[in-house]
Amino acid sequence: MQGEQTSPSAGPPSVSITVEDRKAVRANAPKARAEALNFWYGSNQALKGINLSIPEHQVTALIGPSGCGKSTFLRCFNRMHDLQPDTRYQGSIMLRPDDINLVGAGVDPIEVRMRIGMVFQKPNPFPKTVFENVAYGLRLRGVRNRTDLAERVEGALRAAAIWDEVKDRLSDSALALSGGQMQRLCIARALATQPEILLFDEPTSALDPIATAKIEELISELRQHVTILIVTHNMQQAARVSDFTAFMYLGELVEVGATSMIFTNPGKKATEDYITGRYG
Amino acid sequence: MAAVAQLTLEDLRPGLGWRKQLDKLFVIVGLLVMIACLAILAILFLDLVRDGASRFGWDFFTSFPSRKAERAGILSAAVGTTMIMFVTALVALPVGVAAAIYLEEYAPKNWFTGIIEINVTNLAGVPSIVYGLLALGLFVYQFGLGQSVLSAGLTLALLILPIVIVATREALRSVPKAIREAAYGLGATRWEVTRDHVLPYSTGGILTGLILGLSRAIGETAPIITIGALSFIAFLPPSPVSGEFPFLNFEWLRSEFTAMPIQMFNWVSRPDQAFQANAAAAGAILLGMTLLMNALAIWIRYRFRKRINW
Repeated sequence: MQGEQTSPSAGPPSVSITVEDRKAVRANAPKARAEALNFWYGSNQALKGINLSIPEHQVTALIGPSGCGKSTFLRCFNRMHDLQPDTRYQGSIMLRPDDINLVGAGVDPIEVRMRIGMVFQKPNPFPKTVFENVAYGLRLRGVRNRTDLAERVEGALRAAAIWDEVKDRLSDSALALSGGQMQRLCIARALATQPEILLFDEPTSALDPIATAKIEELISELRQHVTILIVTHNMQQAARVSDFTAFMYLGELVEVGATSMIFTNPGKKATEDYITGRYG
Repeated sequence: MAAVAQLTLEDLRPGLGWRKQLDKLFVIVGLLVMIACLAILAILFLDLVRDGASRFGWDFFTSFPSRKAERAGILSAAVGTTMIMFVTALVALPVGVAAAIYLEEYAPKNWFTGIIEINVTNLAGVPSIVYGLLALGLFVYQFGLGQSVLSAGLTLALLILPIVIVATREALRSVPKAIREAAYGLGATRWEVTRDHVLPYSTGGILTGLILGLSRAIGETAPIITIGALSFIAFLPPSPVSGEFPFLNFEWLRSEFTAMPIQMFNWVSRPDQAFQANAAAAGAILLGMTLLMNALAIWIRYRFRKRINW
């Protein structure tokens, strides 16, 4: 069972495949699949042989103690490691349906980043206006027409559930917003370019509980538009927000499965120990 | 088991008193040193002002140098200095900023880049007369630019290049990594990140560096004497703007010139006592200009820092 993804309707294989079964399979068809992924910082191996499917239009959470490699793994998806010197990938992350290896040597990291969006731990809006923050990604892609920009910026701000709060403040500085609003702005900024996968790197660890709750609600809604991969050190958040959970430890993937299964009936003792708080 | 002696507060108190005294002593010494430096500057400035007081006036600014001390003015020198500073800024800014961007954003961290970085800082320590000799051989003769405003501007640009580069690098470095990551995360190339995010937020620091460099260049005498600044010119370089087409011309770049420090040096060397007052007045003006430029640099840095809060 290690490294394999279980579908929510796990059980004895049915004799006849019903329409519901097919829908379930398609709903959980992988958007990306990491195969034998290894990663080195210099001579230090941070990821060891990760095999993981990320189902489409679902929220997958990565949990594990500090230093287990979950952020490292997340950042492989949009090639952020390429910005540091002396890093090396081995293996592949295949993106469906094009079957492109995201970490392949021949694949341009800029192209990868244009298809995969990221929201960071500490909200980092640009010191520009609210409008310009969201429009920046679109401008990079050559959208110049003002009406187009305005439309798509509004769409992204609505999708990030912040439109009502900023619609009168589009020309104000983004830094005047509260922490939670800034993070939702960053989500809008990432959504504006219609990414295929949205990566969240501990998005609420710097926010108060009310802002956290709003963003967790937002993440749950966003799954209909985009596949989500979220790293969180907060297990309760993983339990609230995700459909599938993967537990990592010391650079290896220990177990993955439907969230409800992992938290109520984990297969491995290491997972159970972590979830019950025997170690942090 | 031997018990470890517990230090009580009574044991520590005498030593504590002495340490606090040292603390206060350092503050006093620091203050005294600072007051001494400021006092020296103030005395120098006031002395110049007092010596040159008789010459301050509109005609001092608008007269050419003359054999008669009462009629000699700094018009040609002031105009020459202004033109040279203009050329210096125009050359030093793009070259310095581009070099700093390359070193900070693009250059890989290897031994070759290390050598370049060390040499940039070394350039700041090269005696200015050496720059003058370089300029004489290269700009005046090799490139055939002659003893002109252009040569002087290029020489001084080379002189202040290390200052601009170091200040720009500091400004670029102060842009937080989070902003760059956010821009890269959206799929920006390195140049787009630099152009759209790093450079705009570094403008304050870059301008400050440029103005500090200019305030150093304004008083540099050795290089421009070496390339042949004249010391008694009763004409101005041709005006860049004229009434006929094309309205802008560049004749002024090739013109011979003089500058404020040269004029002062010339006046001070004269045996006639009356010229000392002229030199003092010119010195006070030059010092005043330098102080003003530094104040402008500080104000710009303050304004930019207020606008951006990460």
